[in-house]
Amino acid sequence: MSDQPIPTTAVPTNPEGKPAAKLRLRLEIERNPSGQGNPWWMTIVSIILALVFCGIFIALNGMNPITVYAKMLRGAFGTSFGFTETLVKAIPLLLCGLGVSIAYRISVWNIGAEGQFVIGAMAATAVTVYWPNLPAYAAIPTMIVLSIVAGGIWGLLTAIPKTHFQVNELITSLMLNYVALLALDYVVFGPWKDPQGFNFPGTPMFTETQSLPVLGDTRLHFGLVFAVIAIIVYAVMIRYTRWGYELRLIGANAEAARNAGIGIKKHILVVMLISGGLAGLAGMSEVSGVTHRLMYGISPGYGYTAIIVAWLARLNPIGLVISSVLFAGLIVGGYSVQTIGLPSSISEMIQGSILFFLIAGATIGKIRIKRSA
Amino acid sequence: MDLFTQLLVAAVSSGTPLLFATLGGILIERSGIIQLGAEGLMLMGAVTACLTYLNTESLPITLLAVFAVCALLGVLHAFLTVTLHANQIVSGLAMTMFGSGFSAYLGKSVSGTPLPMSVPKLHLPWIENVPVIGDLFGRLDMLTWFSFLLVIVMHLFIHRTSWGLHMRAIGDNPSTADVMGIHVQAFRYGYVIVGSMLIGLAGADLLLVYSPTWIEGMTAGRGWIAVALIIFARWNPLRALFCAYFFGALDTLGFRIQLITSHIPPYFLKMIPYILTILVLMVLGYRNRNKPSGSPEALGVPYIREQRF
Repeated sequence: MSDQPIPTTAVPTNPEGKPAAKLRLRLEIERNPSGQGNPWWMTIVSIILALVFCGIFIALNGMNPITVYAKMLRGAFGTSFGFTETLVKAIPLLLCGLGVSIAYRISVWNIGAEGQFVIGAMAATAVTVYWPNLPAYAAIPTMIVLSIVAGGIWGLLTAIPKTHFQVNELITSLMLNYVALLALDYVVFGPWKDPQGFNFPGTPMFTETQSLPVLGDTRLHFGLVFAVIAIIVYAVMIRYTRWGYELRLIGANAEAARNAGIGIKKHILVVMLISGGLAGLAGMSEVSGVTHRLMYGISPGYGYTAIIVAWLARLNPIGLVISSVLFAGLIVGGYSVQTIGLPSSISEMIQGSILFFLIAGATIGKIRIKRSA
Repeated sequence: MDLFTQLLVAAVSSGTPLLFATLGGILIERSGIIQLGAEGLMLMGAVTACLTYLNTESLPITLLAVFAVCALLGVLHAFLTVTLHANQIVSGLAMTMFGSGFSAYLGKSVSGTPLPMSVPKLHLPWIENVPVIGDLFGRLDMLTWFSFLLVIVMHLFIHRTSWGLHMRAIGDNPSTADVMGIHVQAFRYGYVIVGSMLIGLAGADLLLVYSPTWIEGMTAGRGWIAVALIIFARWNPLRALFCAYFFGALDTLGFRIQLITSHIPPYFLKMIPYILTILVLMVLGYRNRNKPSGSPEALGVPYIREQRF
């Protein structure tokens, strides 16, 4: 971990030095809630085990799992087109994953990044629909600000019931995902539908002034810069500011933090505002940088994948970069195996099993063999 | 049938899957394990039911297959949370993600294939002619009758038997239960497995009775609504019955309003259950702000023998 660990409650150990009648070994699980001190290779072992596990089902389906994985790997990282596509997909994953990481730091279980992403994308598109003639220097900043604000407000809709009405944020954030997706359906099938779009459920294409600049003739867009800036700001803030310190303290021991006079409610509200804002920004960069229009099914589940991205990274900034590229590769690889007759939902299946093996591995990594009397 | 009776009948038929999932969740959470994988379990139950029924056309085999698959997933959740003391929230999320992905993967070939009528209805001629009650109970299918029975059995089990007392002890204070000689880990395994089977049955009921066609992600958040219903019902099976039917009615209300007036876009009507879930939880949280929520006291805390907390 990049940040210094905060000492948590002492791990109960066996009293040493007592005369033992008979030497025995026993397994004990260290209680360390933040998951620190877990060897990094455990993460890799978990991923490999998850791939083996899913490989069994692929084999049962009559395919050679090694061929399938090789094809996924080639599709995602093997060609320059595939690799840029992976990076393009990593941008929303990184922004959303960073957003949920900040919330998970203080055990606020925001699983609403999907909805916050969609609302951000809608807010950005609203600028193109209602002020179509803004010049680029006005359109792009307005889209950015509006998407962050809209995503942040959507995040607050999860935070306020939690802080003031004791409502579990898991349920609220998930319910709001469905509301956001229905709102998206309403605008793309209804008022914002492109009149010249042959009934395609999407808005008209954005103009040049409403699109983020791209790198050369690739699809890699300026959103990458947002993501990198966000990660750096997060890494610095969490380590060097009072706010970051308080977040780490709440994460390590909420009760102690409350006793130390830290306003947990205020932190929850701020964290959810930021978390939603980042997902909203991801939505903006997706419509303005990649699809250039708002359309039905704008997100292939970025908000949900972001949860695993954050967990795999153990909320660590560098880890977030690595895991978002990895999972973006998994999504792109999932598309590439469609050509050999496998559904792309295979990548979703692998994601779920990686999460299973990850949490199992996190505990197994903490098992210590101890001598006991 | 007048409109009110129609709404009642619709509430029961769309509330039954929610009821099964809520009952399963209550069983798991009463033993102290958080259950957030309901969405994934329901999808796995539904896809298993669809595949087995299309291949065997036998309801008993279908239900057995659903139980077997969901029991296995229950073992997985129990192994992670009870044996390995893994984070129960994340294990549930993983279950949801794995379930949605794996069910989509399995159901690809049968997606959109309508199923023939599969669950027999129980005709009660002596009750069918009574107004309202006849419409409500005269032609219910077997699974719905089973859900009524299950509510009563679970209520009696939790509140009137020594096993139920043990279960509540495990959920509220596992170390005391352990001292009393109750095998905490084994019972937690048992309740997680049986509860997961019930949640799987919820998915099977949704597919076999409510909308007999497998579509990817067909539960549309019902698993999560069931998670909320556990809280509304305060971990009590009898309350769960009313809560599930209330949400079942909401689910169909949008559809009814659409039939009456076409001015409101259907997307907004579909939002009703989700928004109302949040609002009801808020009202409940505000009213009970100084009262205990009724949740098992050790919910979410892994029980580790010989270790202090």
